[in-house]
Amino acid sequence: MIDKFVTSVAEALEGVPDAATLLLGGFGAVGQANHLIEGLLETGVANLTIVANNAGYGEVGLARLLKEGRVRKLICSYPRIAGSTIFEELYGAGKLELELVPQGTLAERMRAAGAGIPAFYTPTAAGTQLAADKETRAFDGVPHVMEHALSGDVALVEAWCADRWGNLTYRRAGRNFNPVCATAARLTIAQTQTVAELGEMDPETIVTPGIFVDRVVHLPYGDPQD
Amino acid sequence: MSNWTARDRAEIARRVAQDIPEGWYVNLGIGIPTLVADTVPAGREVIFHAENGLLGVGPAPAPDELDRWLINAGKQHVTLLPGGAFFHHADSFAMIRGRHLDLCVLGAYEVSSGGDLANWARSSTDTAPAVGGAMDLAIGARRVWVAMEHVTRSGVPRLVESCGYPLTSAGRVKRIYTDLAVVDVTPEGFAVRDMVEGMTLADLQDRTEAPLRMAEEA
Repeated sequence: MIDKFVTSVAEALEGVPDAATLLLGGFGAVGQANHLIEGLLETGVANLTIVANNAGYGEVGLARLLKEGRVRKLICSYPRIAGSTIFEELYGAGKLELELVPQGTLAERMRAAGAGIPAFYTPTAAGTQLAADKETRAFDGVPHVMEHALSGDVALVEAWCADRWGNLTYRRAGRNFNPVCATAARLTIAQTQTVAELGEMDPETIVTPGIFVDRVVHLPYGDPQD
Repeated sequence: MSNWTARDRAEIARRVAQDIPEGWYVNLGIGIPTLVADTVPAGREVIFHAENGLLGVGPAPAPDELDRWLINAGKQHVTLLPGGAFFHHADSFAMIRGRHLDLCVLGAYEVSSGGDLANWARSSTDTAPAVGGAMDLAIGARRVWVAMEHVTRSGVPRLVESCGYPLTSAGRVKRIYTDLAVVDVTPEGFAVRDMVEGMTLADLQDRTEAPLRMAEEA
């Protein structure tokens, strides 16, 4: 019997190696797999590359990983948000490498990785300093920038509901990057707030089919706080 | 003494909203553009997109109806109108980059007479840069309008010959709504559609770096 549920955060994170590239779902405070992210502090991994839209806020989740010096590099679209003081201190002190990526390019690079497309051309950022060192090519006279797929060793996602096959749904704006990250990593780990029996989730409304998901841990923590 | 009164931020937003017809799909940037949603005339259906995965964004919730799972791209709590939808980030930016949005309204530091936009960084060595969806929106929306103050707090013009700050996109801005005027970006440069009451083209030119002319039809 297939059962992707594990019983603890530690079990969920087993085998996540040092220097891994991690794809994190979440946008602002919503849809963040904060329990899994903070679980990485217990496993002792370091030298991580983190792919995420934001660079954390306050002292939870990614901000804690940053504070404890576990992150070598951030690949991020909007690191500076209200409360991102830990990021700002580390980056200002030169203790953190940052690759700034336009938000849609970040999403599409992960989508491409999950879809087996090694690179693509996008008009976004053409003619700007974010494309300064990149190959560009004109299509119909419009400049486009070549971008490479961005895959992860591990994706950490937050779902609303999951079953034992790893089928997932999300809650409102909590969907954001989560389904995209889930497709783009060799090991996708989900934390879920609710659990359904197999067959209980409507096949018409499953957002992430279980083929993209390796492990699920049930963590009913309630509403995101900001 | 001047004979005119500058529009405040809400009035700039209201002026933008006047020009958005029913049925458009619209993304609003952070700042003055966000206020546009609150000033669309009653009964006119305009569908607002938020790049974090929402269509049909409604007004801010009453305090007792706040839903912590519903935020917009500025991380503010919002509501979802009947008919609204959720989708993931890759689909959201497919809508943007794929030319499905009728309009995005963005804030800016500077706009050039050629329609170049600078709104994401104040220097090439910003201490903590952040770009978000600005570059995708500024290249992908079918129309790009800017809502901003006409000059900086120290009086420096924001409508310029050529942007001094790092570019967000080149040649994509079509119209600028400021506290003083509405200005089109045309192949021949800036063309003034209208100005606040009492303002003359000479007054406006004094506050604008690039040359202005009156639009032929406004």
